[in-house]
Amino acid sequence: MAAVTNSWATKGGPGVVAIAFWALLALLPFGERFVAEGSFDYYLFMGQAMLINAIAILGLNLLIGFNGQISLGHSAFFAVGAYTAAILMNFAGWPYWATLPIAAIVCFVAGYLFGFPALKLEGHYLALATFTLAIAVPQLLKYKPIGKWTGGVGGLLLDKPEAPEWTGLGQDQFLYYLCLIVSILSFWAVRNLLRGRGGRAMMAIRDHAMAAGTMGIDTARYKTVTFGISAGITGISGALSAITVAFVAPDSFTLQLAVSFLVGLVVGGIASLPGCLIGGAFIVLIQNSSQSISDWMKSTFSLRYDVPAWAIYGVLLIALMYFMPRGIMGGIEAVFQRLTTRRERQP
Amino acid sequence: MDFFVQQLVAGLTSGAIYACVALGLVMIFVSTDHINFAQGEMAMFATYLAWAMINAGFEYWIAFGLTILISFAGGLFIQRVILKPLETAPVLSLVVCFIALLSIFNALAGMIWSYTIKQFPTPFPARDLFGNGLVSVQQIGIVGVTLLMLGILTVFFRYTTLGLAMRAAAQNATSARMMGIRVSWMLALGWGLAAAIGAVAGMLVAPIVFLDPNMMTGILVYGFAGALVGGIGNPLGAVVGGFIVGVLENLVGSYIIGNELKLTFALAIVIGVLLIKPAGLFGRVVVRRV
Repeated sequence: MAAVTNSWATKGGPGVVAIAFWALLALLPFGERFVAEGSFDYYLFMGQAMLINAIAILGLNLLIGFNGQISLGHSAFFAVGAYTAAILMNFAGWPYWATLPIAAIVCFVAGYLFGFPALKLEGHYLALATFTLAIAVPQLLKYKPIGKWTGGVGGLLLDKPEAPEWTGLGQDQFLYYLCLIVSILSFWAVRNLLRGRGGRAMMAIRDHAMAAGTMGIDTARYKTVTFGISAGITGISGALSAITVAFVAPDSFTLQLAVSFLVGLVVGGIASLPGCLIGGAFIVLIQNSSQSISDWMKSTFSLRYDVPAWAIYGVLLIALMYFMPRGIMGGIEAVFQRLTTRRERQP
Repeated sequence: MDFFVQQLVAGLTSGAIYACVALGLVMIFVSTDHINFAQGEMAMFATYLAWAMINAGFEYWIAFGLTILISFAGGLFIQRVILKPLETAPVLSLVVCFIALLSIFNALAGMIWSYTIKQFPTPFPARDLFGNGLVSVQQIGIVGVTLLMLGILTVFFRYTTLGLAMRAAAQNATSARMMGIRVSWMLALGWGLAAAIGAVAGMLVAPIVFLDPNMMTGILVYGFAGALVGGIGNPLGAVVGGFIVGVLENLVGSYIIGNELKLTFALAIVIGVLLIKPAGLFGRVVVRRV
């Protein structure tokens, strides 16, 4: 069989597409004239949410897609990031931007520590332990003795940061750019990480842990550190969410949040970086349009009940596992691969 | 002292529920090595079915029996239709599938019966057993039903051909298939039994915690803890583990950490057992060939 080469993919084609795509995202805050009057801030807010979810899914993807460790508990790290930012802003008076690296560090440490028990657990057991974590966290955040800091059941209300004068941007435009810049930095960092020695080690562990160990890779160290980095990235997105929503409360960080990250990951594509963006956009779109989807289904299939977003998520997850286990990006890549390689085989 | 006895009895009662949930998890785990994250939501959904039947005018025990039968059929159906095609899929696909089932059942229950809390009737009279406020008839009833179910299951697995076939299929699928056992259907039966056991747990606990779509989430976590403490591959261990976790939860909750951190306590048990003794109290240590 002839070796399949793909010159477009190896000559930096995807990099050009990625830069063009990010540039396009950077232009969006100037598209006010294309939408109905007065709705633009809402679209910007949705854009922020999409980017924040994309970063959270990026963290999860690093762990599940590239290192093969299953986590159903990333809502916990998202919560830790959000609360770190909220507490620093509220009680220590820190500026919003300074809380992001702290959130990353705190979540890295939390994830790194959780990575130690995770070392002994594989597959279903790790899923079970992280599932338990996701369920325990909202209750833990309501714990009275720490209520002075966390605000208990009611949570903490924050001040939304204003755009600096010199930028001349509106508040939502500015926050969108904040999310965009953090996204670009996170995706760039992960891309570089995956291309280096560390990334190859992570993927080797995913593909065959024992073989990786035989090759001299310190599997325990890589797995715990990957857990830490993954949690750190998700923590950054949690901090961003606290900043842009200007509110944190225990009941925003339930198992459902962890499941929605998982949905985004599976829809976008496991082990695919562009897939994280697709997944982030997807879950925000479904959550925002669940009412209209429900109305449409009610009238089309003459149902008596509303169809909640979670039912849609569930059916979609099962359908994807059957027909498209690698998600949307996996599907696109497969089609693209076929098109480009066929072209090259002809002399 | 009275307070201690009360807490002990309450712990045994919730332990009985956890034991049922753990038993359902073990039923699926022994034959397929899967941890069914939807176990709790399946039980919750079955409890709603029972509630709907009782509201439609059925006798309690008739509704109870019908719900068990429907759950059994439902479990069978889920295994045959949804999980069978994924038999050889990677772990992640299965975990995603279980989470999907969890979401679907939760959403369906909320959609059909709404998220408002409902009262679920109890078949046991509301009075004390000895008239001293220590043990109620309901508590004895719950423990009794659990033990009865355990007895029936033991007889089934020990003394019937079908039970033997199921054990054979779980222990060594290849040999069992050579002996003419339809292994794939045995897995489906395991799912059916798990769903039925879960339904019993749901109907027993619903009068205490009230019926709502999220009723089983916390209980499932304790069920996990119970199954792990006893050894997740061992039915008897699961029951003992369930009771141990129930008693510990109540005693630790009322004497040491308070009720607010009960779920964190379950998390600590889960991680602690997995770290220190992954095989649990009664489980066999799995040796992997290198």
